[in-house]
Amino acid sequence: MGSASSVLTQYDIEEVEEHCDHLFTQQEIVCLYERFCQLDKNAKGFISADEFLSVPEFALNPLSHRLLKMVDGLNFKDFVAFLSAFSSKATLPQKIEIIFKVYDTDCNGKVTFSDLIEVLHDLTGSFMSDKQREEVLSQLLHEAGYTRESSLLFDDFIKARNLFSLQSSNDHKILFLIQILDNPSLKMEVEVPVD
Amino acid sequence: MSKLNKSSSELDLDRPNIEDYLPSGSLQDSHAKLRLRDLLDISPTLTEAAGAIVDDSFTRCFKSNPPEPWNWNVYLFPLWCLGVVVRYGVLFPLRAIVLTLGWIIFLSCYFPVHFLLKGHDKLRKRLERGLVELICSFFVTSWTGVVKYHGPRPSMRPKQVFVANHTSMIDFIILEQMTAFAVIMQKHPGWVGLLQSTILESLGCIWFNRSESKDREIVARKLREHVNGADTNPLLIFPEGTCVNNHYTVMFKKGAFELGCTVCPIAIKYNKIFVDAFWNSRKQSFTTHLLQLMTSWAVVCDVWYLEPQNLKPGETPIEFAERVRDIISVRAGLKKVPWDGYLKYARPSPKLRERKQQSFAESVLRHLEQK
Repeated sequence: MGSASSVLTQYDIEEVEEHCDHLFTQQEIVCLYERFCQLDKNAKGFISADEFLSVPEFALNPLSHRLLKMVDGLNFKDFVAFLSAFSSKATLPQKIEIIFKVYDTDCNGKVTFSDLIEVLHDLTGSFMSDKQREEVLSQLLHEAGYTRESSLLFDDFIKARNLFSLQSSNDHKILFLIQILDNPSLKMEVEVPVD
Repeated sequence: MSKLNKSSSELDLDRPNIEDYLPSGSLQDSHAKLRLRDLLDISPTLTEAAGAIVDDSFTRCFKSNPPEPWNWNVYLFPLWCLGVVVRYGVLFPLRAIVLTLGWIIFLSCYFPVHFLLKGHDKLRKRLERGLVELICSFFVTSWTGVVKYHGPRPSMRPKQVFVANHTSMIDFIILEQMTAFAVIMQKHPGWVGLLQSTILESLGCIWFNRSESKDREIVARKLREHVNGADTNPLLIFPEGTCVNNHYTVMFKKGAFELGCTVCPIAIKYNKIFVDAFWNSRKQSFTTHLLQLMTSWAVVCDVWYLEPQNLKPGETPIEFAERVRDIISVRAGLKKVPWDGYLKYARPSPKLRERKQQSFAESVLRHLEQK
């Protein structure tokens, strides 16, 4: 294969840059395109799940199948848009959005206790029993002032003006993911190697 | 609550700890109280996964050099065109002729020697070795190979094996022109396979089949027999098990290191100035690869014969393999990666993922015990 930028025109690069809200520089987009072509073995225009899993470092990640659902079959523009949440210029809400989507397995806009348990199951595998996981999570939720019936709504937190305020009422307690994470500078950045 | 569930799968003691190389995803502050945030914050794990999508050390091992275009301008472009004409029109035919000549000489000497001297084994073997070294020299000439050998030449002693890093099948040819090794190789189809079953067989080469799992024990037995044999050719093994692009080394398989004999490392480093000698077996056939070499200016490489190593007391074969890999990587200026070369052909074992899960689970439970 010749150098990637001969296949990717300046118009294409600008279009992709626009699509990802300028979170990646043009140079990074060129490098991501090289990577995309490297993974997309028969130039189909998208990377199949199998090709993602041929990267051993990705395949052995406990949350890989969740990310795979979000990234499988994307064309290059959407691929860059997906990865833009991991760029150093991405805002905190964008990073939180990805985390939320990973947790929300049934895509109903709500993260419930069972969703949290499922992700914990992915992270711990067979090294903790279901009972232990439920116990740990219930205990920690209780300590933080929530119950098992609490659920997290994506809409709620983007409506909240003050990201660090906790709003709760007596009949339902809403978890704010930002409050939970309590980390103003959530480190979720990936560096695109620019050779 | 504090009892950790023992996993039903046994720990794979077969490989060095990959966790030493990969970033760990366990909880940071081991003395602080466990909080809800620690459990729900999956950002490190997601970052690792996204990082692997963007770049990973395994795929880098198999990246060939992209052809770099020169800066075309008025005088460089015609010069480059002239170069192409010389390489394809003058050098290639010359080299093809030399190679054909070499084959004619080789075959016309080999078959008589092989069949007529059936009774005089010692003489026959010596002549066959000499002839194989000859045809390999012809091959190396056909690519204008500029090979610098450093270090003492391999001697024929019992109870020793030679190991080298692997970039292409031409590694074997380059080493073979100096010493007639018996090599252990993957059985290939086509004309290579034909050569393997006829001529290389007589050198005592051993074949294996990557895709057969039972094969391992058979091969291990054959290795042992060969090494313990009195009059066999020195054995050359490429412990990486696959061709790597000569910038990295992947993990060495322990088979060569548990035979109970001295291991003599050989480091090979190609200078990519004229051609990239990495054989990307998924992209080109061996024939195409050879043709690519024959139409380039030269193949330049360095071969270092390094100090023989023995298993140290208390060292496992895996540690021994890693130590030798270290020696070879340092000498040839290669970076080490913790991946098994066979991951090119198969998915990683679930045990690697289980390690990560186990370390996370253990740190959660450990935090809880501190209440």
